[in-house]
Amino acid sequence: MTADAAAFAGTPAGARATPPLRGDLVMVADLIEPASRVLDVGCGEGELLAHLARAKSVDGRGIELSQSGVNACVRHGLSVIQGDADSDLAAYPSDSFDYVVLSQTLQATRNPRVVIEQLVRIGRRAIVSFPNFGHWKIRLHILLTGRMPVTHLLNHDWYDTPNIHLCTVRDFVTLTGALGVAIEKSVTLDRAGRPFSLDPRGSLANLLAEQGLFMLSRRRA
Amino acid sequence: MSATIVESRSGEAAGRPGHRLVVTEPLVLDSGARLGPYTVAYQTYGTLNAERSNAILVCHALTGDQYVAEPHPMTGKPGWWSTMVGPGKVLDTDRYFVIGSNVLGGCMGSSGPMEINPATGRPWGLSFPVITIADIVRAQKQVIDHLGIESLFCVTGGSMGGMQVLQWAASYPDRVFAAVPIATAARHSAQNIAFHEVGRQAIMADPEWAQGNYQDQGRRPSRGLAVARMAAHITYLSEQALHRKFGRQLRNRDAVTYGFDADFEVESYLRHQGIAFVDRFDANSYLYITRACDYFDLAAEHGGVLANAFRGTRTRFCVISFTSDWLYPTSENRMIVHALNAAAANVSFVEVETDKGHDAFLLDEPEFFATLRGFLDGCAERRGLSSR
Repeated sequence: MTADAAAFAGTPAGARATPPLRGDLVMVADLIEPASRVLDVGCGEGELLAHLARAKSVDGRGIELSQSGVNACVRHGLSVIQGDADSDLAAYPSDSFDYVVLSQTLQATRNPRVVIEQLVRIGRRAIVSFPNFGHWKIRLHILLTGRMPVTHLLNHDWYDTPNIHLCTVRDFVTLTGALGVAIEKSVTLDRAGRPFSLDPRGSLANLLAEQGLFMLSRRRA
Repeated sequence: MSATIVESRSGEAAGRPGHRLVVTEPLVLDSGARLGPYTVAYQTYGTLNAERSNAILVCHALTGDQYVAEPHPMTGKPGWWSTMVGPGKVLDTDRYFVIGSNVLGGCMGSSGPMEINPATGRPWGLSFPVITIADIVRAQKQVIDHLGIESLFCVTGGSMGGMQVLQWAASYPDRVFAAVPIATAARHSAQNIAFHEVGRQAIMADPEWAQGNYQDQGRRPSRGLAVARMAAHITYLSEQALHRKFGRQLRNRDAVTYGFDADFEVESYLRHQGIAFVDRFDANSYLYITRACDYFDLAAEHGGVLANAFRGTRTRFCVISFTSDWLYPTSENRMIVHALNAAAANVSFVEVETDKGHDAFLLDEPEFFATLRGFLDGCAERRGLSSR
């Protein structure tokens, strides 16, 4: 049974040639310790999970809404379920993952507040990235045109957008405070997902960051 | 395994050729009854590798059988999963060793109400003990033991076959490397029990059923069994699929006849399904196997918490459901997924978009096939199985 035991314990492979990782996902991957357990909520076609499995021997799981996304993941040997952040997080036990990742998905959830609470319950740490609706271009766009902005991160018209709960970096920081969630790390990103150094809690960051990336944990009593 | 096993290849016995495993050590059933000696009929495809690590057990559904990938010996039609199992197919018999076994209570060679009770020399009929999904799996396990397989690479099956997959994973977790329950549920719903009851009542209402003693009296409750099949067949399809296939088309006529002939194509189709079924299936078997499904409730066996059935499991799961399946809907499959998540199991879940209803698991659905192939490839890589 030794061969079997080894196979059971084997690290996920997810071996395939992959295009370079999206900028914000590179940042996410950098935050994750090797050989940890990761749940990627809204994992798309599994780009991050495959990268983590290959580069960091991570034991990864995913949740993805689109059938095509899930099928692509499962076809590539990744463990992914079809579901969404609003409905499928409650079943996971507390502290069952080292990291729970929610990248560019928070704004599309029905109840972002509950989702954040679930993320820090399930994971010892949660990594959340989202487009900053307080970015100066968005503010200027509304001011000058009087119309809902369509940007490269928020590339939908108002009537067919999945992004129903947009927020600014400052809104997000305020909510984490209200939920008693600790911000362990925070990064401001430009449109390509490259980090630049500004304290995300300040007003300048809220004006200049195109994306916010936060590592959260629940405050322990 | 102290069970005394006698294997015989019983040739053309009653037109059901293939392997037979005769186990003399009685099986203690969930009901408390003891059954023994008993027989399990099975078929295999492909070659078991030297490490015995490439075996896939395919569990059949209510009216399926062990002839997974070869012509059915009675109807001559292709095996019920011949689209899935064979050389180069998703369950690639050039790579995997595929086993199909007839369920206990069945009528294709395994011990069941149609077989002769060795104690009396006459058909069991209703004196055959009531069996459960767990009993079916216990009997299957004898075949796996007999073949010397310590750990199955995969256990898969749809519908009632999926229930057996879940039972395998819960009862023998260390012997199941990967589990693929398809279009199934961890318990039979009230609606499912209700449909089964209609089928059973149709059989028992047929005077030819003779309180279950029809074999002894040289009779057959064909009409009752056909009605049971007709009702069940509707539940295997979707409203859209029925409409697409038949609509309100009339059968070989231009107008309705104001009578009770099969005016409509859909009536004719169902009648044909019913008639074709009785040629290959035993009515009492239908009673026993539907009952086994009805009694299935995996959570109840584990303190009412389904996740407890899978605690500590290292099996890799892939749950698959179909959008238009209203018999074992996605919601039931998702309950399995949530329980597996709660048990921190390794699980994938895909809902395949199709309008073909429950029967989609038997059909050539490209998205379904691609998903299963990908999942198995990933598992095979972890198991160290060569890619042919």
